[in-house]
Amino acid sequence: MAYYLTKRTIWSAVSLFGLVVFVFFMARLTGSPVDLYLPIDAPESLRADFERIHGFDLPLWQQFVGFLGGLLTFDFGESLRQGLPALDLVLQAMPTTLLLALYSIGTALVVAIVTGALAAWKPNSIFDRIATVLSLLGASLPNFWVAIVGVLIFSVTLRWVPTSGTGSAAQWVLPVLVLAIRPAGLLVQVARSSMISALSSAYVKTAQAKGAAPARIIFIHALRNAMLPVITVAGDQAAGIINGAVIVETIFGFPGVGKLLIDSIMFRDFAVVQAGVMVTAVAIFVLNFSIDIVYAVLDPRTRGQ
Amino acid sequence: MTTQTANPERPKPALWSILALLRRDKFALIAAVFLSITLLAALIAPPLLGGTGIDMDLMARNAPPFELERGFWHILGSDSLGRPILARILIAAQTTLLIAAAAVALSMVVGVTLGLIAGYRGGLVGDVIMRLTDIVMSFPSLLLALVVLYIFGPAISNVILVLAITRVPVYLRTTRAEVMEIRNRMFVIAAEVTGASVFRTVFRHILPMVAPTIATLMTIEFAFVMLAEASLSFLGLGVQAPEFTWGVMVAEGRAYLATAWWLSFWPGVFIALVTMSLNLLSNWLRIATDPVQRWRLEKEVASDE
Amino acid sequence: MSETLLEVSNLSVEFRSSRGITKAVQNVSWSVARGETLAILGESGSGKSVSANAVMGLIDSPPGHITSGTAMYRGRDLLKLSRSQRRDINGKSISMIFQDPLAHLNPVYPIGWQIEEVLRIHGASASEARSRAIELLEHVKLPNARERLRDYPHQFSGGQRQRIMIAMAVALRPDLLIADEPTTALDVTVQARILELMKDLQRESGMGMVLITHDLGVVAQIADRVVVMKDGKIVETGPVTEVFKDPSHPYTRQLLDAVPGQEPFRHVEQKREVLVEGKKLVKEYILSSNPFKRNAATVTRALDEVSFKLHAGETLGIVGESGSGKTTLARTLLRLTEPTSGEIAYKGGNVFSLKGGDLRDFRRKLQVVFQDPTASLNPRMSIFEIVSEPWAIHPGVLPREKWRAEVEDLLVQVGLRAEHADRYPHQFSGGQRQRIAIARALALRPEIILCDEAVSALDVSVQAQVIALLKDLQKKHGLAFIFIAHDLPLVRDFADRVMVMCKGKLVEEGTTEEIFSNPQDPYTVELIAASPHHDPDAHARYGTA
Repeated sequence: MAYYLTKRTIWSAVSLFGLVVFVFFMARLTGSPVDLYLPIDAPESLRADFERIHGFDLPLWQQFVGFLGGLLTFDFGESLRQGLPALDLVLQAMPTTLLLALYSIGTALVVAIVTGALAAWKPNSIFDRIATVLSLLGASLPNFWVAIVGVLIFSVTLRWVPTSGTGSAAQWVLPVLVLAIRPAGLLVQVARSSMISALSSAYVKTAQAKGAAPARIIFIHALRNAMLPVITVAGDQAAGIINGAVIVETIFGFPGVGKLLIDSIMFRDFAVVQAGVMVTAVAIFVLNFSIDIVYAVLDPRTRGQ
Repeated sequence: MTTQTANPERPKPALWSILALLRRDKFALIAAVFLSITLLAALIAPPLLGGTGIDMDLMARNAPPFELERGFWHILGSDSLGRPILARILIAAQTTLLIAAAAVALSMVVGVTLGLIAGYRGGLVGDVIMRLTDIVMSFPSLLLALVVLYIFGPAISNVILVLAITRVPVYLRTTRAEVMEIRNRMFVIAAEVTGASVFRTVFRHILPMVAPTIATLMTIEFAFVMLAEASLSFLGLGVQAPEFTWGVMVAEGRAYLATAWWLSFWPGVFIALVTMSLNLLSNWLRIATDPVQRWRLEKEVASDE
Repeated sequence: MSETLLEVSNLSVEFRSSRGITKAVQNVSWSVARGETLAILGESGSGKSVSANAVMGLIDSPPGHITSGTAMYRGRDLLKLSRSQRRDINGKSISMIFQDPLAHLNPVYPIGWQIEEVLRIHGASASEARSRAIELLEHVKLPNARERLRDYPHQFSGGQRQRIMIAMAVALRPDLLIADEPTTALDVTVQARILELMKDLQRESGMGMVLITHDLGVVAQIADRVVVMKDGKIVETGPVTEVFKDPSHPYTRQLLDAVPGQEPFRHVEQKREVLVEGKKLVKEYILSSNPFKRNAATVTRALDEVSFKLHAGETLGIVGESGSGKTTLARTLLRLTEPTSGEIAYKGGNVFSLKGGDLRDFRRKLQVVFQDPTASLNPRMSIFEIVSEPWAIHPGVLPREKWRAEVEDLLVQVGLRAEHADRYPHQFSGGQRQRIAIARALALRPEIILCDEAVSALDVSVQAQVIALLKDLQKKHGLAFIFIAHDLPLVRDFADRVMVMCKGKLVEEGTTEEIFSNPQDPYTVELIAASPHHDPDAHARYGTA
């Protein structure tokens, strides 16, 4: 087990390093920040000063070495736009994104497990058919369109919830629901099919032969086995939200990492981009790791591998 | 038990049996018909429409839907420059579907090839491929889009490139997992011990077994790529004027949300309908290409006649 | 005969699907008394498990429908009980164990929990259930029962899992135990111990037993009466001794004749040229995936200095239970895995240094037939494509225009028809698929065919036919066979010489006659004693019944 953990951490570190190198050079391919931060007619001397202050006059490899050196002390440099440490900006934005992911995937999971289990108990019943069609629809709706239509109906027309911001609980409702729709649609389908296969498995037959009641069979015997694929897909979906809830954050004016990243990319705020990518990758690594732990708790066969 | 006698007839042509199977599933049939109509419209509408949908008509600015006085093409309303929305949707369909199809094809070819190598060869090559995949997966696609936009300029081919790169890992991982399982099946080993070359083993025995999964995946991916392109375009990182897609239309309409909802609404509906049809079709495809389940369906078809 | 426990009369069950109605059993009647063991004997598709499942209420409806019949137990018809009345009886008064205990135990709960569950469902308190579970596991002779309560099903061996299932089934001292193929897929020595355990438990408690099986040897060993089923109908019923000694129905006769191990020993022909020779083969596996932790404890020897010789035209039987190394030996022979040390010589040269044309020649001369014909035929290729593939791999053996005629000829040789060439594997039965695999193996006119458990998954009567085919082909083409099996009687009929393997080692080797009539190694003796014999008197002699 310890060996497995070490191996996995090392591989992740290798990937993370590759990612950092990639981001560093790719970001610089988009052009020099000088053009964006100084007026077009700025004198050459001013441009040179700007470059010198921020270290853009050095050869690329020296910039990279400096960047790596900073990494060792968790120093990602300062934001060009805001003049604050890049890491602080990212860490400020992170909780919003993580909470969005948690709430929306949580909602989706609850909906999916309840609906999936009920649909699987009587496959091809009316309930099952409706659940299937609705879940397919949910999985097919474009995020930004649902967000816009949601704003149109609930904020503009009905005025139930404010259009943007994170101040009150009411402001979280719409973004969370918008983000939950697609995962919920996907997860209902996964939960339904894995529940159907769990209910037709041999150990359910044994439970019946023992005289177990239907509730015991569904919730104690089948559900725990059926949860495994559901958890995997839920993890992927959560990672997707952490990686880029940009659209929902933009439309609802949520100060999350997605919005921070896109703004920083647009403004060639390299330090923030690098810090953002790095922190996001670490968050996703932690997420995948926790999913492995949940897996090991649910399924003893995966322990010790 | 009554024993099944094997049907003595030769296997039917593939197309015939696919159509017969499709007839069994009403939802999938409707989806297929809708997709065919959309595809046909995308192919023939732009030349037939001529200037309709491109020429401005300031008299019809933001004209509401369901009014026929300006002519049939204005049935879904007009945009801020008075252009009929229905006509624009049909023109955009061509670009939208072209981008998605090209991105799906490209990512599939690259992903399946690398997946075959990683799954069949394994070892160091496999590990390196998987690490690179990890990096691509955690790389922010928006940054990639921006980089490509800056370096190669705004062209449809570059949007395709960005979308294709970000979706390669999906095919790669799926193919690899399947190949690793299939290469240990007895019939593959039987071919190997008869002396079959690697080429033969992969293309004659492994690839045909992976193909149905890939076909199903491509259908879902087509839907996903459409959504992703729409998101990129929505953020201004995708297709640039004068070209436009459904995603661009939703984004442009957002400014008029409070006064002319139809600008964003209708293109979103089309995205949702096409995505939903693709999801329905892929659901059906998954059953139709599963050997065990397919034989059941085939027998049902046979017993019909 | 003591009181009747359960009486099934005129039971008919059918399965309705859109492709029509399958009549699983028709007008089946049987009964079982206290202290008695009734065997329901049948091959695959005979409907032998259906009536027991109906009694337990385990038939899913739809698609299953019970169209007629009663199952009387203590004055009540089990088929007409409400669901909650049923649940009171299941597990408490009538319980059931199944084939494949790994699949039938819930993988995510500890075994102790699963045994306690049956007690708690029927009203025991948690502490009662816990202590009783330990008692039960000790009773079924699970080693270290107390410590292993918290372990999960995948941590036990096949035999131990079946003991756990049995502990679960007898927890509430049921009147009746139904066992559906309880020892299929277990090693013979393990099977013998499980059957013994079941018999012991029955003697103690006086419960009735219904044993569903395809194995005539098991019936002879443990049952008092037998019901023989074919195509959903009962063809014969009566006391085992009578039915097996003097069967009245031709199908029973046919089954008894098909049981392997009844023919005279094959007479060993004079030594011919040595085709293949294995020299001190060793194959080690490293158990730990951690490359820094390799030591003696983490290395296991799947093959431990195994040597053998195969002569032209002979059949070499290799017998062993699971973990004996026989599969590793087969894989090594096929060059699918390299031995840690030792070599295999083919006509003088080491197989593992063959390259290019020589390797192709070796591949051509050694062909293989695997255990599971469903898995070993590519489901997406037609029979023609499957059988002709070897010629595509070895260009120059047969010109393409002759393929069609040759495939048809091969199919006829293995007992199929020429027009089968255009069909696909799923359209054939298990036995027919194995014939297709044999036709493919013959395509290159090999010198040696390796049969890796090639008939183990087939019904007895089909087994006999396939063996007859192999013998016939051997005579016709002068083939040498390496025949790997876990089943001794099968080897007895077909092999000229036999090697017995155990835990990676070759424990005994000799002519078939020597091995069977005068076994030297204690393991061989145990193996021979453990294989159930279909003659009920034989068990009386060995004292196993």
